[in-house]
Amino acid sequence: MAERILQYRKALNEALHEEMERDPNVFIMGEDVGLYGGPLKISEGLYERFGKMRALDTPIVEEGFVSMGVGAALVGLRPIAEIMYIDFSSLAIDPIVNQAAKACYMFGGKASVPLVIRTQGGAGRGNAAQHSQSLEAWYAHIPGLVVVQPSTPKDAKGLLKSAIRNNNPVVFIEHKLLYNTKGPVPEGEYLIPIGKAEVKRAGSDVTIVATSRMVLLALDAAEKLSKEGIEVEVVDPRTLNPLDMETIAESAKKTNRLVVVNEGVRTGGFAAEIVTRACEEVFDYLDGPIVRVTSEDVPMPYNETLELAAIPSEEKIIAAARSFFA
Amino acid sequence: MSISNEQKIEMYRRMWLIRAFEEKARELFMKNMMRGTTHMYIGEEAIAVGVCSALNKDDYITSTHRGHGHCLAKGGDPKAMMAELLGRATGYCKGKGGSMHIADLDLGILGANGIVGGGIGLAAGAAYAGKYRGDRSVAVSFFGDGAINQGVFYETANMAALWKLPLIYVCEQNQFSEFSYAEQFLADTDLTKRALPFGFPGINVNGNDVLAVYEATGEAVARARRGDGPTLIVAKTYRIEGHTIGDPLTYRKKGEVDIWKDDKHDPLPRMGKCLLKESILLPEELTAIENEARQICEEAVEFALSSPEPELKTLWDDVYA
Repeated sequence: MAERILQYRKALNEALHEEMERDPNVFIMGEDVGLYGGPLKISEGLYERFGKMRALDTPIVEEGFVSMGVGAALVGLRPIAEIMYIDFSSLAIDPIVNQAAKACYMFGGKASVPLVIRTQGGAGRGNAAQHSQSLEAWYAHIPGLVVVQPSTPKDAKGLLKSAIRNNNPVVFIEHKLLYNTKGPVPEGEYLIPIGKAEVKRAGSDVTIVATSRMVLLALDAAEKLSKEGIEVEVVDPRTLNPLDMETIAESAKKTNRLVVVNEGVRTGGFAAEIVTRACEEVFDYLDGPIVRVTSEDVPMPYNETLELAAIPSEEKIIAAARSFFA
Repeated sequence: MSISNEQKIEMYRRMWLIRAFEEKARELFMKNMMRGTTHMYIGEEAIAVGVCSALNKDDYITSTHRGHGHCLAKGGDPKAMMAELLGRATGYCKGKGGSMHIADLDLGILGANGIVGGGIGLAAGAAYAGKYRGDRSVAVSFFGDGAINQGVFYETANMAALWKLPLIYVCEQNQFSEFSYAEQFLADTDLTKRALPFGFPGINVNGNDVLAVYEATGEAVARARRGDGPTLIVAKTYRIEGHTIGDPLTYRKKGEVDIWKDDKHDPLPRMGKCLLKESILLPEELTAIENEARQICEEAVEFALSSPEPELKTLWDDVYA
């Protein structure tokens, strides 16, 4: 399939246009997603094309509009609720965790909630403690929720389209420092399957499992390490729940060395889950302890030097990979 | 709104079905045949029945932790409900939901809800879907005078008024907020005022008078279907039982409950007297309706007890659709 170079932001926008065109039950709701085109311009053009019922500007009421999304999904619509920052999703925890995630199981399989919660996580641009968190582990911890974190424009578009077509509540976490990144995106219709990891770079010496923006850091680190003769394999889970442990395990069995990079804070973070499952499944194949690269256990500081010290970096990833060869 | 004799009889019948169901559920709970906790709707039957009698099958309701009555009033199957209370595979939720999580999507019942106020936003969403599709359906959210303090009421009330959603808030003012009198937490006990800032009607109705509830709901439904937006109905009643079964009720004024159990207040004899007075039914016909309700619930228990427990392998079923 022919490809073109597209911004992550634009890839998401295309996915929304295509899915809303394809299915009249799909609509987007949230703060400034309509007339203004979205605070991050992801929903640009939807209001003009599909009207205000389908590009619904809501008041600033995360619990209110997300719970409305759950209700609309229960009766057969396919809402996409945009929560401007994942930090604000704390206000909508009840509809996400107690209502959307539970309905199918709790009602004996007779209900489904095809709702996408689109939101933005991550640090790195000075947004400080209440606009910079990586809370994916919260949602990955809840059975019934699907959690997706695309790292490239191609994945962003293909996974968002799959998320919209999925019959479960999907927490779709974008990254604030990825919106302006560019990459090849196929022309025409395609989907990226939910629950399938991708090897973003093949290598034989170390496996680095990285999520969201950490994939980009891992790929840069891999290039530098290659010059030192260390060939890194970068695995991007893309979906955190359900996690494609098979692809991760396969890679770890091949390289015998595993580094896990996740931007969430260390304690109880998603990296811990991957490390634990690797211990359970591939321990005997590993040459040494698994190394974790995560954010520090602190609220995100504002000052640039402090913030950069708090989050994973290319250098920290390189140091982690090198540690196996010291 | 004119009400036919047949409708009146049907309302009486349905109230009795709820009463008999609750008494049976209480009995099973006291015999340790149910797990967890359960909440009795006894004394509040006129609200669920009055409201649901004014709805169509394709209208939606969201219910509460005290939800058996709403489900039965909207047409729920007592057998599947009782089987659910006893955790059986034939239950509404295949034994995975229990008392607080019964739903029947085909009947527009979007679920009881274990979170106080948890159904309010869901009903607002169903109302939005009705407007989105233009199918003239309405959504009703049942909740109590404890739940009306939750933020989601005000968040959705603002949106429902703004977008003229076909939504009806039914506040069952049963005077209790879990293990306390609700008035301890209400800056103003006239709950109809809670609709004022949003500019939609808030009306008081006697929640023990099924015909009054039916009429008030009928007006709210007509308004919603016309596209004129939401209504708040505050139906005053009294929670005869405790918050849960086994609640010692130490916080309740002595003797107060007796007033609400007398024939003037209890919604069942109240309606029974009306049917006699209007010569719609004879005393023995009233008794027959009660007996029939008890028989249905007896059969529901037999059905539940003869149903299998869920198989262990179903533990993993339906986590995802």
